[in-house]
Amino acid sequence: MKSGSNLEKVLAAGHLSVTAECGPPRGANPDIVRKKAAFVKGHVDACNVTDNQTAVVRMSSLAGCMLIKEEGIEPLIQMVVRDRNRIALQSDLLGAAAMGVRNLLCLSGDHQKFGDDPQAKNVFDIDSMQLIHMTKMMRDEGVFPSGDKLDGAPKFFIGCAVNPFADPFEIRVPRLKLKMEAGADFVQTQCIYNMTKFKEYMELALKEGLPEKIKILAGVTPLKSAGMAKFMRRMVAGMDIPDEVVKRIADEPKEKQAAKGIEMAIEQIQELKEIEGVSGIHVMAIEWEEKLEEIIGGAGLLPRPVVE
Amino acid sequence: MITGTPKPIDEVLEMLEPYDNIILAGCHGCVTVCRVGGEKEVQVLASTLRLAREASGKKIEIREVSLERQCDPEYVEQMRPYVEDYQAVLSIACGAGIQFLAEKITTTPLLPGINTGFLGVTERQGEWTERCQGCGDCVLHLTGGICPVTRCAKSLFHGPCGGSVRGICEVDKEIKCGWQLIIDRLVALDQMENYGKLKPYKGWNSARDGGPRRIIREDMI
Repeated sequence: MKSGSNLEKVLAAGHLSVTAECGPPRGANPDIVRKKAAFVKGHVDACNVTDNQTAVVRMSSLAGCMLIKEEGIEPLIQMVVRDRNRIALQSDLLGAAAMGVRNLLCLSGDHQKFGDDPQAKNVFDIDSMQLIHMTKMMRDEGVFPSGDKLDGAPKFFIGCAVNPFADPFEIRVPRLKLKMEAGADFVQTQCIYNMTKFKEYMELALKEGLPEKIKILAGVTPLKSAGMAKFMRRMVAGMDIPDEVVKRIADEPKEKQAAKGIEMAIEQIQELKEIEGVSGIHVMAIEWEEKLEEIIGGAGLLPRPVVE
Repeated sequence: MITGTPKPIDEVLEMLEPYDNIILAGCHGCVTVCRVGGEKEVQVLASTLRLAREASGKKIEIREVSLERQCDPEYVEQMRPYVEDYQAVLSIACGAGIQFLAEKITTTPLLPGINTGFLGVTERQGEWTERCQGCGDCVLHLTGGICPVTRCAKSLFHGPCGGSVRGICEVDKEIKCGWQLIIDRLVALDQMENYGKLKPYKGWNSARDGGPRRIIREDMI
């Protein structure tokens, strides 16, 4: 075991893993996190806590991780390189590991232009690929990038993200391979709606033998409404939502669209489960954590396995 | 070249408020090429300022000067004989030129007439775009001649990020994704093997992060 995290154990035992995510609140109120945690508990193997996603200021990811950990959920800390240089990143890795966080997701971070503080200075001292590499070095070799020895290596199950639908498509699989070689143990994908294109991506990944070396956790975001589908398609870069998906939810009367969205997410998970090389499902129910049980249970993924 | 843009005229007028006679100093270097600080711009700005001050009932005398380069001591010295006769110098050279004047001419206030931009190129008349951040450790041989530090909004060394759509950066629809450009070029040059390699962490100490930089060429001293 590299980290001994529950997520790592579940995947190593050959189960299809389930992860979800909690976005920390726009304030210092811990009860919001605890409330979300109550919806997540028992339904996932680990739960991501986002790091100032879309560059909008929120409670820190590490604080969110501690709060859900207190509630009995295994945290997965997201870490972006937008706001911290390598000094702060190393320090936060050590801090998170010391507090018992065992899963990490290395990200670039959305550009600050999209958030509260578009005038902020961005950092990008190292990129997410190099954060993966740095963490692996600290974990496996027990040294800082400077070469100095660590007094206690941070044991992380190291993750990365990919968007199988972003341009240019031809480098998407080589980029995943590069992340794997840099040291990523698992990858969580951008939300998938275009199943045809995702299958094509997985075929290419299989040809490269990647699923044997890096656990691929397929991203699913339930649509709450046709409006949400259209908004995401228009506003989120690299979001590929085919017309037929939008049409299917738009054809429902407004009050039935949410239920349809959940039904579609469940169907999608069923389909993803059958794709060779998919090791887990990552459910990003954005501000809709109360539906996680229905979605994950509906897809036949409850109860979660207990692996010692 | 170093590019720049004129400061808004109201901002310049506000800076000039305490003064009745000034030197307006242009530069024949980069700012002439990007049409913001050369001889012609000195004339136009001087006329505009005179008219505005006349209209406000507080005339200003402006001596128009254009130095060959404001970043070179031999040309800066040309101003010395008469600079004391004026209350201030408004410079429309780049930030380096303005500061160099301020260092050499210590008794007269120096005022910036332009906002200095970036190291860039002329796309067409009236359009300049950034190419170089002067980070002190060039990797263009690995990236198809396109700079990831400058052309990627996140300065990624392993791009593109998920925000690249149809060759456009999510930050601005007018900005091309630097990494799409790099990949297209690497494919065309049959150098994609460069893409698949993990690059070492950038040493930003050769950039501004290491503190103000200097270059010493022993062979020239």
